[in-house]
This record gives sequence, structure tokens and C-alpha cells, in this order.
Amino acid sequence: MPEHSTALAHQFDDIDQQHESASLGMWIFLATEIMFFGGMFLGYSLYRSVYHPAWAEASRHLDVVLGGINTGVLLCSSLTMALAVHAAQLGGRRTVVALLIATILLGSVFLGIKSVEYYQKYEEHFIPGPHFHFEGPNGTHAQIFFSFYFVMTGMHALHMIIGIGIMLVMIALTLKRRFSPEYYFPVEMTGLYWHFVDIVWVFLFPLLYLVDRS
Amino acid sequence: MSEHIVEKKIYYSVFGSLMALLGATIAIAYIHLGKLNVMAALTIAFIKAVLIILYFMHVRYSSRLLWIFVCAGFFWLGIMFALSFSDFLTRGWLPLPAGWE
Repeated sequence: MPEHSTALAHQFDDIDQQHESASLGMWIFLATEIMFFGGMFLGYSLYRSVYHPAWAEASRHLDVVLGGINTGVLLCSSLTMALAVHAAQLGGRRTVVALLIATILLGSVFLGIKSVEYYQKYEEHFIPGPHFHFEGPNGTHAQIFFSFYFVMTGMHALHMIIGIGIMLVMIALTLKRRFSPEYYFPVEMTGLYWHFVDIVWVFLFPLLYLVDRS
Repeated sequence: MSEHIVEKKIYYSVFGSLMALLGATIAIAYIHLGKLNVMAALTIAFIKAVLIILYFMHVRYSSRLLWIFVCAGFFWLGIMFALSFSDFLTRGWLPLPAGWE
């Protein structure tokens, strides 16, 4: 099979086995990511059950409009990512590059809106630390809420920055003609990572912004 | 090539459902349901996550072995939540005997 020789690594029987190995390895990595974010979600939930009045009050200081727009932007970026993988499966190089650039742009819009939110929180003195200020008796516990808010959204944003870096590498590799309809697995694995980061936000948005609105 | 290529229109309809669910979760958040607000928000988030995993992440078209790997990740997450909450949420159930405060 000469046309396979560039794509098929020698330790695999065939390209399907190679694809299966890549997916399994990526899902093992995602399992560690599930536990990583899971620990923070667990901490958030436990503290919310203990300090519920403070949690509800602090959560209402978050901007639902910006958070909602960001969720929509991130879902759009997941669509362009899924379409990029689809184009890679069909071998459309230019389409892959265009869709990856669109995904990067949407991801950057998300990070831009997030930094606007961070700046608002900074101006309102909601950054935990010596300058933290929260009106009313719930101030101490509200500080714990904002610690969770900044750590969880910050780790999520860090994952998005890493994802954008990986996509830039995928664009370079696509332009170097490293991929074909036979071998596009790195693009697909990048997609799995990006969709995972999207799923984390799908849970962060309602838990941080929405559950105590009514 | 045995790899399944998903039709584009499936991606579009999944995306449409995700956006509709986003609208729904924001709308429901402003209706006062008490404790059901959290349940509703988490249920919608769960449906969105399942849609993304099954279609965007191609798990629906993957081998049984991959299904085991995917479920294992979430199973361990379930263990962590179940054991932690069975501790924290039941601490007030039994009165402490004198001298154990």
C-alpha cells in the first residue's frame, strides 16, 4: 500500500487501528481533564450547599448578558470546529484552514468578552485579596465564591488559549500538506479537545451565572 | 476507509438544538422554581453535553471500546461526587453525642 506509507505508523496493522488508538488515547487524556475540572465543580457545589445565601447574592453580580453571548460564541466555535474536522475527512485543505481560523477568531471573541467581564469585576473590587469589597454580611463567603469564579473561568480560559495554540499548529500542518482523507487524526483530536472545553463552559455558565437568578 | 463521515446537516441541527437549549436555560433561570431551578439548569447542561459528545465528538459512530473509555471518565466523576455528597449532605442527620462537639 504505497499511498499509506506516509500516514500509517509502522506499529499499527492498518490505518483504522491507528485511528482507534488516537481516539482512545485522547479520551484517556480527556478523562484526566474531566477529573481535573470535576474537582473544582465538586468544591464549588459543596461550598454552594454550605454558604448558599452568599453564593446566590454573589452570583447575581455576574453579567448574564455577557455570559450568555459568550456561551453562544463558544457553541458557534464548536460548530466551526466540527465542520473543520468534516472538511479534513474529505480532504478540503482550504476549507479546513478557513474553518480553523474561524474557530480561532470565535475563541478570541470569547476571551475578549471574558477579559471585559474580568475588568468589570476588578473595578467592582470583586478580585479576592486585600482589596476585595462586598457590601453586606456575606462578604467573607462571597470572596470564596469569587475565588471559585476566577479559578474555574481562568482554568477554562487557559485551556482555550492552549486550544488556539494547537489550532495554529494544525493550520501550519494542513498548509504543509501533512493531512489527507486517509490521515487527518490530529485535526480530529484537536476537535475533541475543543469540544471538551466547550462542555466545561456548558456547565460553568448555568452554575456560575444562572442557578440563583429567580 | 471505515471511518464514518457525519453529514453536515446533522452538525447544523445539533448546533440549532444547542442554541435553543441555551435560550431555554436562560429563560428558565428567571422563572422562580425554588430548588427545581438547579435541577432544570443541570438537566439542560447535561443534554447539551450529551449532544456535543455524541455528534460533535463522533462518539455515537465510534467503537464499543471507545464507549467504555468515555463512560469510564464520567463514571469516576460520578464516584467522586456521590461519595463526597453522601458525606457532606448527611452530616447533620444524626445528633452528636455529648462530648463529641
